Amino acid sequence: MMYNVNHGFWWAMFLASLLLAPLLFGIINKVKAFFAGRRGPRLLQLYYDMFKLSRKAGIFSRTTSGVLQLAPIMSLLATIMAMLFVPGGLFRSPLAFGGDVIFFCYLLGLSRMLTILAAMDTGSSFAGMGASREAHFSVLAEAVLFAIVIFLAIVARSICLSDLLSPLSLVTPGISVPAVLLVAGAFFIVILVENCRLPFDDPETHLELTMIHEAMILDYAGPELAMIHYTASLKLWSFCAVLTLLLLPQRVAGPLTGMLLYLALIMVFAVGIGVVESIMARYRFLKVPHLLVGSLAAVLTAVLLLLFF
Amino acid sequence: MNMDTTFLALPNGAAAPIADLPVLPFDDFRAQLIQAVMQDGLRVSSFFATPADNQPGDFELIAVLADDRAHLLRLAASRVSKSYLALSADCPAFHWFEREIAEVTGLVCENHPWPKPIRFTRPPVGKGADVLPGVTDYLRIADEAAHEVAVGPVHAGVIEPGHFRFQCLGEEVIFLEISLGYQHRGIEKMLVGGPDVRSAQLIECAAGDTSIASAWCYARLLAALSPACQASPAAELWRGIALEFERSANHTGDLGALAGDVAFLPTQSFCGRIRGEYLNMTAALCGNRFGRGYVLPGGLRYLADNKKVADLQAWRKRVHADLTNALDLLFDTPSVLDRFENTGVLAPADAAAVGIVGVAGRASGLNNDIRLSHPYGPYTDRPLSLCAEGAGDVLARAMVRRRELDASNQWLNEALNAATELSADEQTSALSSQHSPARALAPSMIAVSLQEAWRGELCHVALTDSHGRFRHYKIVDPSFHNWYGLALTLRGEQISHFPICNKSFNLSYCGHDL
Repeated sequence: MMYNVNHGFWWAMFLASLLLAPLLFGIINKVKAFFAGRRGPRLLQLYYDMFKLSRKAGIFSRTTSGVLQLAPIMSLLATIMAMLFVPGGLFRSPLAFGGDVIFFCYLLGLSRMLTILAAMDTGSSFAGMGASREAHFSVLAEAVLFAIVIFLAIVARSICLSDLLSPLSLVTPGISVPAVLLVAGAFFIVILVENCRLPFDDPETHLELTMIHEAMILDYAGPELAMIHYTASLKLWSFCAVLTLLLLPQRVAGPLTGMLLYLALIMVFAVGIGVVESIMARYRFLKVPHLLVGSLAAVLTAVLLLLFF
Repeated sequence: MNMDTTFLALPNGAAAPIADLPVLPFDDFRAQLIQAVMQDGLRVSSFFATPADNQPGDFELIAVLADDRAHLLRLAASRVSKSYLALSADCPAFHWFEREIAEVTGLVCENHPWPKPIRFTRPPVGKGADVLPGVTDYLRIADEAAHEVAVGPVHAGVIEPGHFRFQCLGEEVIFLEISLGYQHRGIEKMLVGGPDVRSAQLIECAAGDTSIASAWCYARLLAALSPACQASPAAELWRGIALEFERSANHTGDLGALAGDVAFLPTQSFCGRIRGEYLNMTAALCGNRFGRGYVLPGGLRYLADNKKVADLQAWRKRVHADLTNALDLLFDTPSVLDRFENTGVLAPADAAAVGIVGVAGRASGLNNDIRLSHPYGPYTDRPLSLCAEGAGDVLARAMVRRRELDASNQWLNEALNAATELSADEQTSALSSQHSPARALAPSMIAVSLQEAWRGELCHVALTDSHGRFRHYKIVDPSFHNWYGLALTLRGEQISHFPICNKSFNLSYCGHDL
């Protein structure tokens, strides 16, 4: 069964993702709290935080230019625009076009670039270090991401995101299971690094010298900070959605079951991130490139498996 | 060299008339000290200047060296005025002490390699401009590729103030300068003229997390100076029990904080709770979680009956089992070990040269533990095992803490058992009668007392005047020795490793700033 084309369902899923995205952080934090033997923040804490922040006024240093102020909203819009090309459950994006996967990746890249520029705009040494680390690691993560796109493009013979994600699953006939597992594993690592999760970055830390993403946004407060949090949750949602679509069995009973399964799997990946963050320590920065280059090698191996076996 | 004629030898916790302290010509003094430290392996426990009583503007330099092999303290003195040739140039262990002397007295230490204040207190002589902590010329790298990172004095966590200035090339730290003094309260000055009602309290708040060790150090100093302040063996036993509780609470807290810094949540939260258990055991002893007011000159403020001892014994066993679980989890997780190992290495040679003490020293292969090298009170007939490692990295400092927790636990087990066997008379003898200020002490004496506080060697030196009041009181907190070690550790290290290096030392700001 290929993707259904039903724009009504797709828009419903799109709205659902806009609403549900901040829930992922709630799930991750609940899982981490469980492992630490705590009760943890409420599941809906990020919603409360965003509401609280949105009622405050932003404060900006007089030494900054407009980049710092404009970056959060631009970054949010770029991320939402990227989400327009993600299939919703089993439904093709109505805006899909050939090559939109590249547009998708670089809209997220644009969002990152704006955050980095804003960080440089503050002139703070912490933000500068965060920006430098972000740029360094994203270069390596991008290589992995595009290797995965190449793998999918070979399978789907297309470079449209909605086509790329449709024909593959763990049980697709004719494609070796190890290849799919390698790609899914590498993509999970990309999720962690792109979303500043452990073992690459520690979203909980208060230690400025060790931060990546948090160091870049130290100067934000109020509605802009709320926007940044929301952008981060949308990004995490999009990545989890793509991973879900990679693995979702195509022959599910019907559109409704498919949709529920899709949403449930996204939450399961959030739980998975929470488990990873609970049972391991953060890597030292010098080791991060090893893991990313290793992931690249894994995906290239999957491509070889695909082409020659 | 004949050490016995050059130096006055004292056991730990003893006093001698100031007249017995050999006052050497400065050149001789300087040469003997450098030889004793650089060649004979003595350690600088204290080095300070006190105004000479007959000649205004002149100062008496007094050095207290710890001779770990002979289990003795060796003291010497010399007179100087206005300036003298710094010892630091030839012997790095004096570096921090001489910066303090220059700052406190206005003496000029000629040829000192790094002549800067350590606390930024107001200059003692003249009407110099106001000095502000952290406002100074920092060493800078004149290169466009280098960048400077300033952290503190206000930090992101609820901790004490201190300023850290990093000179970096990318992620690599070339040089770290630590600037302290924000917590300076002038405790040593306030103690002059004592002892009085406030003295014990002031000393406890020199470093609040080291209350028991500080109060005990002070109590033993007074015991050396006044027969009325002698404590019974039962009192000393209970002081030891309280000190090991203090050590256990802090080591547990430190290991939890190290886990937190590498984002390893389970051990972080377990240790946070378990630290509280040890603090609560201390509270069960004396009503204060940090042991404030428990140790008094002459004994203890409160007694514990046998039922309380049995409760503490059971409580300790339960808590130690939980602690073992939490620490096994930490030390069995490969990603944690990867972060700790080879991070923040302080080479044994450097540690010895700058005179690192305590946990950090033992992690770098130095075998100094005052409980063993200068045993006192309950440690004399009930010794602990030495917990030393050699690698000098964060892992070694964590391992030393872990092993000390086990050693303390075992010691506590025996000590609490011994406490139940005390007769009623022995128990009562532990109670102090010194709720009121101590009467005058022996006049014109110098007394030295060393303690192995949880961070390391704590040294108190007191000089009394002709009326038996404190003429000079000198506190050397273990942090005073070790802050410079932290700065050395960061050279060539990744800047993102600073938090775990810092946590693995966990030094006191107020203990240093006094």
